[in-house]
Amino acid sequence: MKQSHFESRHQPQWQAFAEQLKQLEQGKAKAADVAGFPHQYRRLCQHLALAQERGYSSYLVDPLQQLALRGHQQLYRHRSQLPANALAFILADFPRLVRQQWRFVLIAGLLFFGSLVGIALLVYLFPDLIYSIVSPQQVAEMQGMYDPQASRLGRAAERAASEDWMMFGYYVMHNIGIAFQTFAAGLLFGLGSVFFLIFNGLVIGAVSGHLTEIGYGQTFWSFAIGHGAFELTAITLAGAAGLQLGWSLVAPGRLARGEALRLAARKSVRMLCGVMVLLLIAAFIEAYWSSTTSITPWIKYLVGAALWLLVAAYLIFAGRTHHAPD
Amino acid sequence: MASTPLDTHYQIETPEGIDLPLRPAGLPPRALAFAFDLGVRGIIMGILLVPLALLGNIGVGLGSLLLFLMSWWYMVLFEVLNQGSSPGKQVMGLRVVQDDGTPIGWSGSLIRNLLRFVDMLPFGYFLGAISCLQHPHFKRLGDLAAGTLVVYRELPLVRPRIPQATALRLPFALQLSEQRAILGFAERQAELSAERVHELAAILAEPLQVPPARAVEQLNGVARGLLGPT
Repeated sequence: MKQSHFESRHQPQWQAFAEQLKQLEQGKAKAADVAGFPHQYRRLCQHLALAQERGYSSYLVDPLQQLALRGHQQLYRHRSQLPANALAFILADFPRLVRQQWRFVLIAGLLFFGSLVGIALLVYLFPDLIYSIVSPQQVAEMQGMYDPQASRLGRAAERAASEDWMMFGYYVMHNIGIAFQTFAAGLLFGLGSVFFLIFNGLVIGAVSGHLTEIGYGQTFWSFAIGHGAFELTAITLAGAAGLQLGWSLVAPGRLARGEALRLAARKSVRMLCGVMVLLLIAAFIEAYWSSTTSITPWIKYLVGAALWLLVAAYLIFAGRTHHAPD
Repeated sequence: MASTPLDTHYQIETPEGIDLPLRPAGLPPRALAFAFDLGVRGIIMGILLVPLALLGNIGVGLGSLLLFLMSWWYMVLFEVLNQGSSPGKQVMGLRVVQDDGTPIGWSGSLIRNLLRFVDMLPFGYFLGAISCLQHPHFKRLGDLAAGTLVVYRELPLVRPRIPQATALRLPFALQLSEQRAILGFAERQAELSAERVHELAAILAEPLQVPPARAVEQLNGVARGLLGPT
């Protein structure tokens, strides 16, 4: 068949197909209109194959190829699982994922909390050690923040309601940024995540050891315990996700390294979504609850302990049954 | 079978059994697109931070949130919601797709943009540039992990008119590649100078058994014949 003959015979079909594609791409298509779409797409593929096989000119083949590519993108697009079922993810899938990756979570937890507690004890016993980890300027700043004389806590001595807002924004940016870094650095064979876990553990541990040692323990611990449950867990989990990423490169098993990395990335990014939720909660608690001083410390300790138990129970028990609420 | 041409085409084979070519974009256009995006972000921040600064503490809080969104979510939101193109990519005619040619989703976009942090190490996209330059499809580390590809957008083609000539049939059969070459010659004639057209056609004067001066006309006739009546 001559090219012009072929073209004039099928041109109306191609135009109709292009019209449908346009609707689909703009998201305006109704279900009834596109019922014939797969059929039309396959017919177009057949026409393209014919045109290529018969050596028709590239000005015919190329537009057909473009149409086929657009059709392919509409027909075979991946359904993204992330936002689709947020509730099921939070209630069941995320804790399940954490339990499934318990080895990485354990290693990340040991690295982070190990360095935190270790350095805190060391700084408590040898107070001068703080200056080899945190600069004197920052130490002074920290001391100012947790001075028992101050009425409200965290970053500033005097705080109004609007400052809670300010701190919320600051905590979101700062903490989620740290979590993202801890995760992403895991791509360097996991070493980056190890570094950030230990580094953050050292800084937090050193500061808490120092503040306890100089007698600001009451203000500091009553401030930190509440949101710490979410924040420290989240950093650990972000590190675990990064370690998972790195491990897929170190020991890809029977897959090629690139393939192993892709699979690990899919999994770990879901973990990171859960981390983001935890950090948003943490930022909220930190800005609005942790910083109040009108509540006596022992209530804050009590609530803080309850929050730690809550997080632990959530990660250990949620989603055990397969009939997760949907 | 002809040897593989020296170009950067990336073929995806569809379940229908056809090959669709994608054209991956190299380092320079991507770097320019990123620079453009950086500028856009800078301008947005500059414009929004002035009124926010007047709001006092709430403004600082909102400003921090804005900074967070701009630094981590700008690319993700644009890529997922705008057919795989951030404004910079749009200007450079690029888009992000998955390895199988399908549009990029939330998880793919999130992975490739979070891992941007590693691509930027130790300074100025050093790792990313190295990875991009050594990979056959110009992937940076984030693209490798996410299984994504930055490709040129397809532009609609304008079809040229084939020069008028009386349709001819050659006394021998043409191979497919020869057939396409002759059609391509006729279609692209308007883009070439007359001298070049003659020079190209003269190469085929001998097999066509015509004097070199008439080779162009002869080839156009063959193209007409291949195309069929219009």
